[in-house]
Amino acid sequence: MGKHIVVIGGGVAGMEAAGQLSKDGYIVSLVERDTNTGGHLNNWYKLFPDRRSSKEVKDYLDKLILRDGIRVITGTTIEKIISHKSHFSLFAREGAELTADAVIIATGFDMFRSSRKEEYGYGIYENVITSADLEERLKKNSIKLSGGSVPESVGFVHCVGSRDEKAGNLYCSKLCCVTAVKQAIEIREHLPESRVFCFYMDMRMGGAYYEELYREAQEKWQVNFIRGKVSEVSESINRKLVIKAEDTLAGRPLKMELDMLVLMAGMEMSEGGKGIAQSSGLKTGENRFFSSADPHFGSNKSNVKGIFYAGTCTMPMNITETISHARAAVADVKEYFNKGVR
Amino acid sequence: MEKFGFTISRGRQIDYDANNRFVAEYIRDREPSFRLCIECGCCSATCTTGNFTRFSLRELQILIRRGENDQVRENIKKCMLCGKCTLVCPRGVNTRNVVTLAREAFQKEVKYAV
Repeated sequence: MGKHIVVIGGGVAGMEAAGQLSKDGYIVSLVERDTNTGGHLNNWYKLFPDRRSSKEVKDYLDKLILRDGIRVITGTTIEKIISHKSHFSLFAREGAELTADAVIIATGFDMFRSSRKEEYGYGIYENVITSADLEERLKKNSIKLSGGSVPESVGFVHCVGSRDEKAGNLYCSKLCCVTAVKQAIEIREHLPESRVFCFYMDMRMGGAYYEELYREAQEKWQVNFIRGKVSEVSESINRKLVIKAEDTLAGRPLKMELDMLVLMAGMEMSEGGKGIAQSSGLKTGENRFFSSADPHFGSNKSNVKGIFYAGTCTMPMNITETISHARAAVADVKEYFNKGVR
Repeated sequence: MEKFGFTISRGRQIDYDANNRFVAEYIRDREPSFRLCIECGCCSATCTTGNFTRFSLRELQILIRRGENDQVRENIKKCMLCGKCTLVCPRGVNTRNVVTLAREAFQKEVKYAV
């Protein structure tokens, strides 16, 4: 005991890891670059698939880190880790230096910057928004077009920045499909007069109760699903968004005018994580996420003894998986201290 | 024999075993990205030809892969080789080259046919 662990990143993974470590009597410094902990959870309205408020999870995590053994350091960005024989030095951009016996990296993910897919018009047409923008609007209960009127038709574009060689991301972000289904339902709930369309390549409903939500979207909310990736978006003279896709199941090109378009931005390795990887000799994979020592039985372990990973800094994960992954990282830290096992 | 006007209609099935997939093989050997299609339809959505005539590059590619060459042979001529499909393809398939190679394969088929 008496060991000190620095957890980098105060999102879901970092908060969970810090809380669990502290329960076992370790001293923890939870370092967050933002002014608040909570990460992306702060920006989200409701969670899939049960559509509980994200605040409930946030409250659980907030309570978890309210422990004597946890020092929360916000507004601090760790940029470099130097390994010594039996401890680590961590350097922050702001000038602070921390010493730790072990490190958990929980730097999470960044949302794909949708303006990189210029053909979808994000940042060009005002009524093209991202999934994160929509969550913000749902939170404020204000889904309006740029002119102030209520949208009558809303489209969702799946796989924006995922499964896309042109965006440099070959992988599937895995959670955007179910998020689109959730948000499509929410649009229908908030705007019962609206028509909603999801443009997908594959519906990847690989989680507990995801498929059920998909079914509910069809059955209860009359969400329309069209199999075809949107190829481009333009604006008509009456300021409607004109989208082009192939309805691949009908085998014919399709065009549609919509009031609002929501881009399902994928998940990417965070810039902060990238910086630490480069400066501290930590391996990353072809997908740019941190590369685990073993994908099956060492997903929390890094290539440096004493440095561990938790959560979406290793791959896209939902909250349930992130929390489990954070707890597993804690188990690895304990083993490291007890046996000196990496 | 008395003719009753009955005919035997050809099955609609893709006869995978009987079909000849030489066009697919020809393309695959010369343009390996041909294997990567995930049927998203971006190529067809952006295609000028496809917007005015019955032409879907996505569909033609799958037909080539299945050896349904008769449906492809005439249709593939419609492409104007503008290359927009190549720009939008999320899998990086060189669709323009796929078309060129398909035409080439059919030409060779004619040349070598007795």
